[in-house]
Amino acid sequence: MGALSVAIGSEAAGVRSYTATSSQGLLYMAEAVYNASGLNLPIVMTLGNRAIGAPINIWNDHTDAMSVRDAGWLMLFAETNQEAVDLHIQAFKIAEATKSPVMVCVDGFILTHAYERVDIPSQEEVDDYLPPYEPEISLDTKHPQAIGTMVPPEYFTEVRYLAHKRQIDSLGVIECAGKGFKEKFGRESGGLIHKYNTENADTIIVTMGSVAGTIKDVIDELNEKGGKYGVLSIVSYRPFPNEAVKEALRSAKNIIVVEKAFAVGIGGILSQEIELLMKDSNCEIKSVIAGLGGRAITKPMLTEYFLNNAKERTTFLGLKEDIIREEYKPLNCGKCK
Amino acid sequence: MSSSTMGNRLSKENVAFQSEADRPNTLTSGHRACQGCGEALGARCAIDAAFKAANGKIAVVNGTGCLEVFSCVYPNNSWGVPWIHSLFGNTPAVATGVAAAFHNQGKDDVRVIAQGGDGSTTDIGMGCLSGMFDRNDDVLYICYDNQAYMNTGVQRSSATPALARTATTLPVGSYLGNDASSGKNVPEIAVAHKIPYVATASVGNIPDLERKVAKAINIKGAKYVHIHVPCPLGWGFPTSETVRIARLALKCGLFPLFEAENGEVVGSTPIDDVIGVEDYLRAQRRFAHLFGKNATPDAIGILQNIANTNIQKYRLSGGVSDD
Ligand SMILES: Cc1ncc(C[n+]2csc(CCOP(=O)(O)OP(=O)(O)O)c2C)c(N)n1
Ligand code: SF4
Ligand SMILES: [Mg+2]
Repeated sequence: MGALSVAIGSEAAGVRSYTATSSQGLLYMAEAVYNASGLNLPIVMTLGNRAIGAPINIWNDHTDAMSVRDAGWLMLFAETNQEAVDLHIQAFKIAEATKSPVMVCVDGFILTHAYERVDIPSQEEVDDYLPPYEPEISLDTKHPQAIGTMVPPEYFTEVRYLAHKRQIDSLGVIECAGKGFKEKFGRESGGLIHKYNTENADTIIVTMGSVAGTIKDVIDELNEKGGKYGVLSIVSYRPFPNEAVKEALRSAKNIIVVEKAFAVGIGGILSQEIELLMKDSNCEIKSVIAGLGGRAITKPMLTEYFLNNAKERTTFLGLKEDIIREEYKPLNCGKCK
Repeated sequence: MSSSTMGNRLSKENVAFQSEADRPNTLTSGHRACQGCGEALGARCAIDAAFKAANGKIAVVNGTGCLEVFSCVYPNNSWGVPWIHSLFGNTPAVATGVAAAFHNQGKDDVRVIAQGGDGSTTDIGMGCLSGMFDRNDDVLYICYDNQAYMNTGVQRSSATPALARTATTLPVGSYLGNDASSGKNVPEIAVAHKIPYVATASVGNIPDLERKVAKAINIKGAKYVHIHVPCPLGWGFPTSETVRIARLALKCGLFPLFEAENGEVVGSTPIDDVIGVEDYLRAQRRFAHLFGKNATPDAIGILQNIANTNIQKYRLSGGVSDD
């Protein structure tokens, strides 16, 4: 709460501001998360993605990010440590161009605590890519203005609608920041989505974050044996790149969404968004909930799932059935039959 | 407000800046506070005094509450200074960020004020406030203490006085309103953080209020000023009585005026002729039950004891003087 609030204050006073959080810390600052976007403050925040308790658990999944998916932030997911570095540089450019805060989601432990060789661009190169920040409105004694006033029903809908429009318009800005980054640094990083062998694939696996690496390894092996698999990983989860995703999934007969969070009582979250997007297509869509609370997502687990053509709409990957059999008692109010 | 409220008839050094023609009116008229709102009066006097002392270079961070709601409903704005409202519980942290940004821009001459009601300060914002004190951030925090959550309909806060009736401490049977053993004294908690400056002030003594804010605003580091601001709506008194009620609180010792520097009390404002708490209590509906059919002499005694303790502790009758 305090950390993001300090960034709210410094950004409102006209200085480029950054903070980082994770898991419970994000929920603790949830009010400030909505506040920062509502005030159009281009703060950049790293989210080291981790599970939310209870039960308390410090390991990786995406439940924290999903809990603020409608808060008006732009949310970018890094696939590798290098992309995490690159997305942070791009994030400031995107935030300042869209007047929206940007959350750079980096898988907890898997990326945040892993050693990997990365190229860190020099200050000069970054300064060249990212010009000095010039806020439009700030706390300025020469031009006193009020920021964060109460907005009554007469104007509230318009404010929210404009936030919606701005978020959708940000798609172009994110794409452009990625292109500009490639021109400057020579690396493909960021953008809206990453496609891997999607052009001729029958089955496309849709995912976000670092697990895309494992999935690519798995499908490489399957494709060598004649499989037709591809991977689509979403970089820009908010705004959601509807058109780019639809286009990438055009050839798919089967879509498997592998995600590290779910809405309790409903199921996969990304899966639902993909289902909605593809509702006019004939493809089969399956949802795989995996990696909750740091459960390893292994190549054998994925290989088995991909080859076995699951019947169920939703599968909890690696679920220990013996524990469930012992612990699960169907609920009944006692009167119903 | 009459000019006597502002101390015009007193000696020159006791004339309030607020009564001068060149007061900057940082919280200008036309806002939506209730008539006789002590918080509106306190805020105008405090921010005007800070504005003057800092040569017009101030920025204000405001917590959620009456002050924020009545001064700033889009598209209107009553503030003549840069002003931001973020949330109910994060005001000190936002101010920390604003001060850090000004420092980063080489604008340490722009002084930062954080302000909020007692609920915002003593309850939900307490963690952020204590953190700001602990880091000694260059912020003046002003609490406008109307002793309950007024904006949402007079619910109890940890600054609600003993035995007061609020919407959530309704006297019923032998229960006489807010529990006498509850509550916290945030000025003392601020002193315990050993920050450079802590003061209490009241709209019942505006020259003193202005002097304290003017002094605080130019001190480096964390400062805390806690202002007693009677609320006609929540406390139940006529709207013309705000300043008189505030003065009764001062005179009976229930609201002691003192200053502390670096963890030590360095001065207090003596009471010329101490009165009993009853005069103060009788003037407000929130204490009416203490004089009704369930009244017990003990109840008044509890409040009189609190006043006596204050008078002794801060040497309000003939002890350490103001300067
Ligand atoms: C987290 C949170 N909880 C509750 C509220 C609703 N709320 C708005 S103002 C307020 C009370 C303010 O009380 P206080 O700080 O004493 O200021 P006053 O209105 O009395 O001046 C409350 C509870 C809120 N805005 N945010
Ligand atoms: S309820 Fe009290 S504090 Fe709020 S505006 Fe009215 S008088 Fe002022
Ligand atoms: Mg209050």
